[in-house]
Amino acid sequence: MEKLITANSEILIKLKKIIEPYLGVDTKIDDLTGDEDLINDLKINSAHIVDIIIDIESSFDIMIDDESINKMNTVNDAIRVVNQRINQ
Amino acid sequence: MNRRVVVTGLGVVSPNGIGLEKFERSLQNCSSGITFNQQLKNLRFGCNISAIPHVSDELKSKYYSPLFLKSIENTAIIFGGMAGLDAWEDAGLPKTDPEDTDWDSGVIFGCGSMSMDTFIGKKINMVDEGRSRWLGSRVIEQTMNSGTSAFLGGQLGLGNLVGSNSSACSTGTEAVIQGYERIKLGKAKRMLCGSCESHGPYNWGAFDSMRILCRDSNDLPMQGSRPMSADANGFVPGTGSGALILENLEDALDRGARIYAEILGGDINSGGQRNGGTMTAPSPVGVVRCIRSAIENSGIGPGDIDGICGHLTSTMADLLEIKNWAEALQLKRDEFPMINALKSMIGHCLGSAGSLELVAVSLQLYKNFFHGSLNIENIHPEIEKYVDETEIPSQTINFEGEIIAKASFGFGDINTCIILRKWRN
Repeated sequence: MEKLITANSEILIKLKKIIEPYLGVDTKIDDLTGDEDLINDLKINSAHIVDIIIDIESSFDIMIDDESINKMNTVNDAIRVVNQRINQ
Repeated sequence: MNRRVVVTGLGVVSPNGIGLEKFERSLQNCSSGITFNQQLKNLRFGCNISAIPHVSDELKSKYYSPLFLKSIENTAIIFGGMAGLDAWEDAGLPKTDPEDTDWDSGVIFGCGSMSMDTFIGKKINMVDEGRSRWLGSRVIEQTMNSGTSAFLGGQLGLGNLVGSNSSACSTGTEAVIQGYERIKLGKAKRMLCGSCESHGPYNWGAFDSMRILCRDSNDLPMQGSRPMSADANGFVPGTGSGALILENLEDALDRGARIYAEILGGDINSGGQRNGGTMTAPSPVGVVRCIRSAIENSGIGPGDIDGICGHLTSTMADLLEIKNWAEALQLKRDEFPMINALKSMIGHCLGSAGSLELVAVSLQLYKNFFHGSLNIENIHPEIEKYVDETEIPSQTINFEGEIIAKASFGFGDINTCIILRKWRN
């Protein structure tokens, strides 16, 4: 499986930093493929997804609409959405 | 079912000592935790002194994950969580299984006012600015009164009652009595009981407005809290948290637990805001009934009480409290037991006061000492009509007694009284 999709490396670094604290002690952010489901595979509490979105919004100074939030199931999804918003 | 209930674990985050060892040393030395508070001065409070435990980031990180500390700023939860986890460990109870729920253990962790902590200002501003979308998932648990019990319930995997009581300055003592009753009835084997309180100007502003905070000691903070004094000028606001593990005697003995004290009985009532009672003032009739009922259901007599841990806040209500104790106990001046006031050292920690005082009572019974009270050079002459001044020690003394009675009172004309006895194998 491919590693985290190649994105603007600045985005990736910021996203890793945002998501890392929410991972369980046994999960290392650098081992992820990026296609793991945030809730089912990475066991992130669904309430904390809200906090991750807020962190992403403030870190990239963007707004993510509810429809896009519903599509952000994996780290790679998040990278896609951020890329899209930044390039808008 | 009528089980005996004992105290087997203690945890404390007090303005004059964080952790049992430091707290005990402060009780032995009568060390004050009251300091000048620049923020209150900047905000033009009449009272510029307070009692706040100083918990370093390093210490916090021993109890909480970076993720927790990223979002949880409410000091009531931070202090309460520390005291609660410490009490569990102090009781020698095992780290809980990450998969299993402990159905026999519960928690009652009270709070006078959870939402008024300093952190809430930033959040309220966000709402007013139309930015509630960015509040996130961790504000609710910091505003619900059960924030600390919910945190502790999750950390320890507790499956019995997990909740919070709130009864103003009676909160801490009430939590312990409620936990005691639950075990006595056989509904739980073990209860973690305690209380906490948010701190800072939002919580204290209205007390300052009522002119019931001390205003004459801004230059001499440690002299501000003077319970039972003729010139008591108002209470010094404080915060902290005390926590006690209560356990039924059989289980405690079975697992060879250290026992600090036995809870003999206690009661909770209200004067109904009748007979002199109001929202802010206690009805003497209610207080006297509460103390007498606690003594009666403890199976002792008034003469068996060797020490009193008063509510004694350093206001004019101290005289009324002493009169009420004297009326309830029906003891002559030369029979009145020793009495002390922890608030002389740590101010009035509101909802957390009762639990801090009960940690102190348990320690005193276990270690055979009776802590002194600060700033009692000028006892109110009316108080001296009921209590001989030799029964109000200014320094910590050896204690050979067996039984300490503790009372807390609160806004709403509510009363609590609990009786603890030294444990002898």
